[in-house]
Amino acid sequence: MSREVRLADIARARSGDKGDLANVALFAPDDLLYAALCREVTAERVRVHFGRFVRGAVERFEVPNVRALNFVLHQALDGGAARSLRSDPLGKSYGSLLLRMRVTLTEDEARRAPPAQSPPL
Amino acid sequence: MTSIRIGAGQGFYGDTPDGAVAVAERGDVAYICCDALAELTMAILQRDRIRDPGGGFARDLPSFMRALLGPARSRGIRVISNAGGLNPSGAAAAVQEVARELGIDGLRVATVTGDDITARVDELREAGEELRNMDTGADIATIRDRIVFAVAYLGARPVVEALERGADVVITGRVADASLFVAPMVHELGWKWDDWDRLATGVVLGHLMECSGQATGGNFSGDWWNIPDLDRVGYPVCEVSADGTALLTKPAQTGGRVSVDTVAEQLLYEVLDPRLYMNPDVVADFTTVRLGQAGADTVSITGVRGRPRPDRLKAIVGHLDGWLGAATIGYSWPHALAKARHAALLIDRLAKRAGVVPIEQVTEFIGVNSLHGDAADVETAADIAEVTLRVAGRFHSEADASRFPRLATPLALNGPPFIGGAGTPQPPRALMGVWPTLVERRLVEDAVAVSVASAGR
Repeated sequence: MSREVRLADIARARSGDKGDLANVALFAPDDLLYAALCREVTAERVRVHFGRFVRGAVERFEVPNVRALNFVLHQALDGGAARSLRSDPLGKSYGSLLLRMRVTLTEDEARRAPPAQSPPL
Repeated sequence: MTSIRIGAGQGFYGDTPDGAVAVAERGDVAYICCDALAELTMAILQRDRIRDPGGGFARDLPSFMRALLGPARSRGIRVISNAGGLNPSGAAAAVQEVARELGIDGLRVATVTGDDITARVDELREAGEELRNMDTGADIATIRDRIVFAVAYLGARPVVEALERGADVVITGRVADASLFVAPMVHELGWKWDDWDRLATGVVLGHLMECSGQATGGNFSGDWWNIPDLDRVGYPVCEVSADGTALLTKPAQTGGRVSVDTVAEQLLYEVLDPRLYMNPDVVADFTTVRLGQAGADTVSITGVRGRPRPDRLKAIVGHLDGWLGAATIGYSWPHALAKARHAALLIDRLAKRAGVVPIEQVTEFIGVNSLHGDAADVETAADIAEVTLRVAGRFHSEADASRFPRLATPLALNGPPFIGGAGTPQPPRALMGVWPTLVERRLVEDAVAVSVASAGR
């Protein structure tokens, strides 16, 4: 048995810019879910998920000491913040963009997912 | 054991001085370090410098110092800031002027220069520096005639020299963000310049602190709604021991949260390969950092390993890259997205007929896909209450960039119904490319100079 979830249900993220490169760090709440992220969220999947925003390659780095995957997106900011035509020239929202991705968890992993929390409207 | 407490005062050009003042008043720190610069900021400061040769430093530096100098001076806190941007000497003079206004006598203000290599680009190329784009490998000849600034990232050494010479305030240009924080650690704790693990610890702390509230609860992607009082978020304060162990916390009676999670998010902010975080003084391995909750709003940082500093310094070269012309029109329910799409089509036709065709164009539907692009769920937007169309084009000439948004204005009367927020056309803006490159360390460092002057004398 397996279950599909959104990354936003199980993970946190932060993104930033460096020239025309963006980085997105994805954080897992525990070791089991970190292993699930390592299995599910490949560089290639991230490249496809970002669509036309990313014109270059995507690299993935494992940062197990903080249970994170760090994705480096090349040619991802429309030439860089000061020459970008976009509303989000710094890629600040790229973290949330990644959290939209759907991944498949085992029953065991799904049980470990933290309870859903939402802010008051 | 010897230790030192250092606070963060500023995370970007435009940041509030409130965080710095709280750090001065309640952070029990000996130093406050302020990072005002980012790649985008350098481009903004360059535009200021073109308009006014006396400009080119962060324009909010005087008002920032007006708030901070009093509380810092009365406690003997030394302030380090890279708000000098492209004109550190002008910035230092502005700080002196503020000190005079406040009646602060004898303030020693140091200036660090030499990072600005704008006038040296050809000289460096003649000396054998290719200055290729380190991301794309492109030849700098392709942008040579459009270069408007070039700066190299300096490390902590000139700031340490300024502190050794008794500076109360140190004003720099493009000193690397983290190095502003490394300098007082080296100065106070006697770290050696080849003690890579301790220097790497300093770089990790500086990296965590240089975005002010982003380490203490700001932009946290977890349960942000439970974080108390972000309107008076406490800026980071670190306590570093001579052996290189450290705590990260925030001043008492401030908002925010310092947890392993808030700190971990900032650890990887704007990081590429985490094993090789490049700083002018050391290469830090962020995969060795151990974070632990050491108390309420207190996180311990240990285990950081470093490797010898890079041979070459990073530099960025700003160059003109056309003009931005952009127009926005808001549309309301029903069929808000369909209306915005139709208006975009009309603007394309108008632009073609007028011969004002962008070299590149971005068409965004704000509220639907401007932030998430192809990953956005457009189907859920079918019944959306409102959508703002934004069309942005890049043009060779300022005149075309100015004409483009004006083509859209008549749609307020001539286009689809129920608009809102069709404002006056935005003025065109110069676009600037930022060219990352590497330059021989010695060629830059030989030109670095530190001067110290006293105010009120």
